[in-house]
Formats: sequence, C-alpha cells, structure tokens
Amino acid sequence: MRKIATLAAAFLALLSVYPATRLSCQALHVPYQTFTLPNGLQVLLHEDHSVPLVSVNMWYHVGSSDEKPGRTGFAHLFEHIMFMGSQHVPTGEFDRLLEAAGGDNNGSTTEDRTNYYEDAPSNALPLPLWLDSDRLGFLLPEITAEKVDLQRGVVQNERRQSYENRPYGLAEENILQRLYPPDHPYHWPVIGSMADLSAATLEDVRGFFRTYYTPNNATLAIAGDITPRAARELVERYFADIPRGPTVARPTPPAVQLGADVYATLEDRVQVPRVYDAWHTVKGFADGDATLDVLANVLASGRSSRLYKRLVYELQIATDVVAFQDGGRIDGKFELWATARPGHDLTELERVIDEEVRKVAQAGPTSREVERAQNSFEAQFLSRMERVGGFGGKADQLNFYNYFVGTPDYFEKDLDRYRKVTAAEVQQAARRYLVDAHRVVLSVVPQGKPELGVKQ
Amino acid sequence: MGGWADGCRGARLAAAALGCMFVLSVYPSSRLSAQLDRTKPPVLPPPPALKLPVVQTVTLPNELELAVVEMHKVPVVDVQIVLDAGAAREPADLPGLATFTATMLQQGAGRRGALEIADEAAFLGAQLGTAASYDAATVSLHVPKRRLESALDLLADVVLRPTFADSEVTRQRELRRAQIAQLGDNPVAMAGIAFPAIVYGRAHPYGRPLNGTEASTASLSRDRVAEFYRAAYRPNAARILVTGDVTLAEARRLLSARFGGWERGAVSPLPEAAAPAPAVRTVYLVDKPGAAQSVIRIGHVGVARATPDYFALQVLNTILGGAFTSRLNQNLRETHGYTYGAFSQFSAGRLAGPFVASASVVTAKTDSSLIEFLKELRRIRDEPVPDPELAKAKAYITLGLPADFETTGAAAARFRELLVYGLPLDYFAHYAERINAVTAADVQRVARQHIDPDHFDIIVVGDKSQIEAGIKALSEGPIVYRDLWGQEVK
Repeated sequence: MRKIATLAAAFLALLSVYPATRLSCQALHVPYQTFTLPNGLQVLLHEDHSVPLVSVNMWYHVGSSDEKPGRTGFAHLFEHIMFMGSQHVPTGEFDRLLEAAGGDNNGSTTEDRTNYYEDAPSNALPLPLWLDSDRLGFLLPEITAEKVDLQRGVVQNERRQSYENRPYGLAEENILQRLYPPDHPYHWPVIGSMADLSAATLEDVRGFFRTYYTPNNATLAIAGDITPRAARELVERYFADIPRGPTVARPTPPAVQLGADVYATLEDRVQVPRVYDAWHTVKGFADGDATLDVLANVLASGRSSRLYKRLVYELQIATDVVAFQDGGRIDGKFELWATARPGHDLTELERVIDEEVRKVAQAGPTSREVERAQNSFEAQFLSRMERVGGFGGKADQLNFYNYFVGTPDYFEKDLDRYRKVTAAEVQQAARRYLVDAHRVVLSVVPQGKPELGVKQ
Repeated sequence: MGGWADGCRGARLAAAALGCMFVLSVYPSSRLSAQLDRTKPPVLPPPPALKLPVVQTVTLPNELELAVVEMHKVPVVDVQIVLDAGAAREPADLPGLATFTATMLQQGAGRRGALEIADEAAFLGAQLGTAASYDAATVSLHVPKRRLESALDLLADVVLRPTFADSEVTRQRELRRAQIAQLGDNPVAMAGIAFPAIVYGRAHPYGRPLNGTEASTASLSRDRVAEFYRAAYRPNAARILVTGDVTLAEARRLLSARFGGWERGAVSPLPEAAAPAPAVRTVYLVDKPGAAQSVIRIGHVGVARATPDYFALQVLNTILGGAFTSRLNQNLRETHGYTYGAFSQFSAGRLAGPFVASASVVTAKTDSSLIEFLKELRRIRDEPVPDPELAKAKAYITLGLPADFETTGAAAARFRELLVYGLPLDYFAHYAERINAVTAADVQRVARQHIDPDHFDIIVVGDKSQIEAGIKALSEGPIVYRDLWGQEVK
C-alpha cells in the first residue's frame, strides 16, 4: 500500500457477499468492452456518465507469492518504486501532474497481484495513460540505487507504522509462518521482513521489472465518463509500442495441510491477550468459498453474531471478535480472533469459541441467520456499484473478477454464489474446514505473561 | 496495508481467454505511435463543468428540517439525523457522556432489545450507526432502497424510543472500561488523546477525551444518559439529511410519518468556551518504551468553521500537508524517508478547533523529523508560495470536488458538514470560485495569522530513552513529561 488510507470499508466489501431476494439484474450489471493489444495488454472499458470522472486501473499479475527467498516484501517495495519517475516523467511529476489536473492515485500489493489506479476528471484521461504507459515501457533508465534506498526507507516505516508499532501487529506473520511451510509462497507476509527489505538491490529491481512488468502480464480497466472508441484510441496510442515480455511462470504449489494442531505464543507490548485461530480452507471462488464467508458472518459479523453474543455480550469476557474467510489464488484460510477483557485468559475464550463452532457444525445455522448474512452481502454489493474509481470501485472490481474468474462482469454470478448457500452447507463447511481440521492457535499475550495463552 | 492486502485475494480459476476479443476497429496502432511524443505531458482539454447534486429542504410542523439530495444511480439510500448533541455540550465532570449516549441508543429501543436491533439491521442489509463528535451526534442509516421503510422504523425507534435499560448501561460501561484499558497499547491512539488534552486542557470541551476517561466512564449511569438525551435530542435541534434513490415527496412522507410527532423541547445554546492563552513552545514527551516509531503531533488552537479565512486556509493546508505532494509529505517522506506519511490539518469546529501537523517517524530520526517539520512550518509563513504550487493546490481542491459527491455516503458527508456548521445549502455552488480567488498573499497572511511556531505544543509519543537526548539538543523548548491523558508525570 503506497499511501495511507482508510481501507476498512473496502476490505469488508471485497471479502464479501450476498442476498436472498433478487435484485434487478440492471443494478448488478457492469457492461464492458474488451480488446487485447498485439503486445498482450488486455483492456476493459466501462461507461458511466453519472459523474464526470474517469478511473484508470492497472493490475499486474504479480504479488508477494512470486518473491524469491531472501527477498520477501519485494513486490510491494517495487510498487513504491513505480511512482519514482520514468524516462519521460521526472521524479515527483507523477503525483504533481495528477494533482494539478484534480486527480488522485494509489497502489496496493497482495500475495497475488499488484494494482494501481489514477482517478481524475474525465478531460484528463490522456494524462494517466501517458503516466502509466511511461512507467510500463520506460521505467528502468530512471531507476537509481538512491531511489530504491529512499523507498526502502518509506516501506520500512510502513512496516513499523502498520505492524511493529501497532498492538497485535505481528500476529499475522506469525500465523502465516506456521500455517504454510517455508517453501510455500504464502509463508511470508506481503510487507516482508526488515532484513529482506534491506537486502533488496537495484539488480533485483531490474530483474523483477523485466519479468513481471510487461503488457502481457497486465490488465488495464478504464471506467467512468468515457466514450469507448476514444478511450481505445488513446490506449493504443500510449501502449501499443511497448514490447511484449517473456511468458510469466507463476508458482502453483500443491495444496497444503496441517498434520497436527500448532500452538504458539507471541509476547507483545499489549495489556490484554488475544487469541487467533487459523485453518486451511479453499481458494477464492472455489466450492465452499462463499459458504465459508457466510459461516464467518454467522459466527462473528456484528452484534447479532453468535460469538459476539456469547463472548462480548453475555459472558463479557472479550471486547471484540472477528472472523473471515480469505480465499487467494493459491490457497485459502479461515481466521478468527478474539481479544480478552482484563482478568480473563485465552483458554477461557477458546473454550467458548470451540463450543460455538461445534454448535454450528452439529446443528447448522438457522435459516434466518443465513438469510441475514445474504441480505447483508447483497447490500454491500449494491454499495459497491456506487463508485467508479479507487480501490474497490467499478474499474478495480472489473479487474478483480477478470483476474480471479476470467469474467469481468461477474457481479451477478458472484452474488448467485451467496444466494445459493444453504444452512446445511454452512454446517458441513464448519465441520469439514474447522472442527475436523487442524489449526494454528496463536496466543498473543502481554510480555512476561505466557500463562494467559491458550493451554493445550 | 495488511488488512487490505489479505482482503483482496481471490483465485483465478479459469484462464482469461474470454476477454481477448477485439470489439472495435480503430486506426492502426503503428500510425498513432509514430505521432506520439512522450517527452511532454499530454495537453488536456478544459475540465468538465462542475455539476453537483442539489439539496432540497422542507420543514415539518415540529420544526424538524428535512434536507433531501436525490441520487438515483444505485438503489440505495443514506439517512443521517444530525443532532446538536455533541461532546461540546456535555458536563465537564463527565467526558464521554455524549458518545456513550449515542452508543446507548442502539442498546434497546421501542420493543426491541440490543441484540434484536443488531439482528434486524443486519437482516435488512442496513448499516445503522450512532456516534458523536465534539460538535454533533449523528444517527446514520445506509440501506438498499427496497428495505428503506422497515429500516426507517428501526431508525425511528433508535432515535425516539431508546430504553436505556440499567443492565445495558452497565454492559456498555464495562465494555468501554475494557477498551480504555487497552488505549496505552497504541501510540497513535495515545497521541490522539494527549494532543488535544495538552493544547486545550480539561477546562475546554475539545480538550476532553471523546470516549471519556477511566474515572468518568466508571460514573456513567442511566440517569446521566437519560438526562443528556432529554436535553439535547430534540427535533428543533436536529436535521435529517436523506441522500440517494428517493424523491423529496417520498422522503417527506416517510419521515413525517415517523418523526412528525417527535416532541420539541428547549435546547440550551452551546456553552461558550474560551480557548486557553497560547503557551511558550514546549515539547511534551509521552513515554512508550520499545516503540518502533515516534508519533509526532505539532500544533495549537486554530480556527472555528465560521472563520472568514476558511478558503485561504484550505489552500494553505493543501500546500503544507493536505495532499500527497504537500511540503510536509514531500520533505519527510519523499526526500528523507523518515515516515510513511506526514500531514497537517485545520480541524475547524463550531468552536476554534486545533491546527495539527502529524507523522509517525522512525525512532532514530525523531529529532531530524522535528527539524524538518519546524522548517516547513516556518517557511510557509516566511516565503510567499510560488505560483505553480498555488495553482496546483487550487486545481486539486476544485477539480477534485465532483469525486466528493460520487456516492451517497460521500455526498452525505459533505452536505452533513453544512448542517452541522449552519452553512448555506448552496455552499458548494460557490466553493470553487472562492478557492480560486485565493492569492499567494492570502496564503501567506493566513499562515502568519494561524500558524504560530512560537507557541507550538509539540507532542511526541515514543521511546523516551532513545529520543530524549536528541530532542533536548534541538533547543526548541523545554521538555516536560506527560501520560497519554496529557497529565503530568512526576
């Protein structure tokens, strides 16, 4: 993530889901045109004239799962370097020119992909295309060791700010280390380690760029106040002369499983302990993915959820509880965490969590719980239709679906996945993926108080 | 960011062959490429004319004012009930009462208990929010159009018929105490409480923590909540803003039926509060042993929203620390790499709110960062802003305006601002021209008037053992030690 932003809303929207009663198809339809340049760049165009804005959204099919050992965090560091100027765009001008045109921009990196957007008034469309094509076609001549060093410093501060200096901020990397074996591409976090970030060289930047930042490994979505013909002409004008790169090979490791439950304790500068449970589940959009989203909703979404009701409302032994299914390109995981109140330990919390998960596995959710989850997802989906740009706007979502399922306008079909989920399926998923499976149990405890952690 | 990063993941299950169709015929790309001169940015046509959604208003017989912004693109509706029930009017002995009262609205209302309200909202796909800032309380609803009527029933219960059951007051009070106990874990949260406490002191409402202290939370009771509610939750001190897929007539009918009988009551004017006199520049150190970064907040009392300098200050702040290319971010992040981001803000409230410049910086560069902060905060006063920088800031503000009105939620947030601060409802129609009228001389004048380095309060939350010597060597003022509540540490 290049810039600080409040992303909680977008995060939930993209994890998310759907309804029982039918919406009109119109509401969840994002018509688009597509073409592919001879150099392999795939382009998606969507017209929406409701506001005189345009969003240019580029996905590169590379993420932290493509990194080499000893270079964790590199895909994200590279994302930062993409804003440091290119052959015809001096350092700093990328942002200055966009702001002077009334625009905004950002980039983000996940395990699976890296995305960039530039939002601007619709008259400015040629500007983001000029900027984006220059850094795709002409980045390397301008990249120096000094620029790499500078963004290395910024990214290391991003790691400090978002992980090290934040309570419980190092939990996620501790979970990944235990859920995935060392040679699995999801073993390390997107932000990477401080040591690996320090080790990255200018040669790494060059190699990474030549391998992954090619038109044939990217997809460009343009949405908003455009006419497709004019937009296409502009895309051809700016991108057609950028040469195709080598074919990209990406890791496709076999599915992994835990052979036994893994217990771990992490001491942190916190007042109260928090327990994390993590299980292997299914990839995004695979069978069971939507069902697990519904399960997460039933267990921990909002004050009417089962775990909130037991842990926070009735027993009053926790302050919060969170659960989500996270389906990626290579693997999926289900995570659940709860924070204890002062005077309560994690063994106490974990007992209740286990009880509630087993109840769902034995008797399933009620039909109202399933319907409630579906209605909530439907509403989130509708709200995702409101915005053209930014993370989670329509341009980004077209790229998202195109990347993960190969169909940009997958909105209605995606919703259907959730509409079809039954209580019996949620019950089976709870049994198969949680109760009958092994998990990582991470106790994050105040320093010097390991006894507050989950006892095996 | 981690949360986002994980949330975005999914799996590509099918090869992307479907997308590879040519749907339009265009000029051969080679001919176009030959004409392309990449060395210069494209010359852009003039920006599209500014066209913002319009507000319509009606007043119900009980003086309840209803503002409606029709936006029909997506079948969703956003409703905000803005009440003059913010923390600025809570009694000095009970900080946290306004936000707690707002929380309690959802813990039982009409015939529904706390869990039933949550269940019903989720079942309707509605996001129901109750919150308070210093200047207002807001009850908000975001819901698909076809669930609007049922959701408004729920909303009316929450606003008009909260039960404030003793058992629920106790439950929420204990939850809040547990959350307050965790505040010291998070250096950013610590700075968020310490900075206003130090700048304003406890005698001024803006200096008190919005969610209360340990002591004030312990003394929250049903009676105090009910009393605050009775005094401030009145239709004559409230406005309803409806944004989205409804017409004025429809909104009027639906809201009259539910809020037309809301009983009026005398609501006292907002208590006056004098800002404390400026103090000599001082560094306030809040110790956070082992912190990887120092959280810096530099500022003092700023301006009220009604200031005639508002537009000049918007331009000033965009240049100083309100955009990615602003001076603070360019210097501390893009030139020095000390931080992930540096910003500044004038929080213009009903009363004079704080001016603050802020960043989280790597511990070892705490002193160097303070030097750069102070350099930029002095330079903006000492030198006139060059024309290109001024033009860029004005364009960023004015041309970026339509994006603020793209979604129902975003548009509601901008119009809500007008309601809270009593600004005319056609305010945004003149916004761009007022921004464009700001000159470099205006920017320098308001910088000199509203940024005063001699009287900065500099708050640093960080590892004292690592940063104290460096800060001392700067000689930018005495160092005093405070806790996260802004209170002296002996």
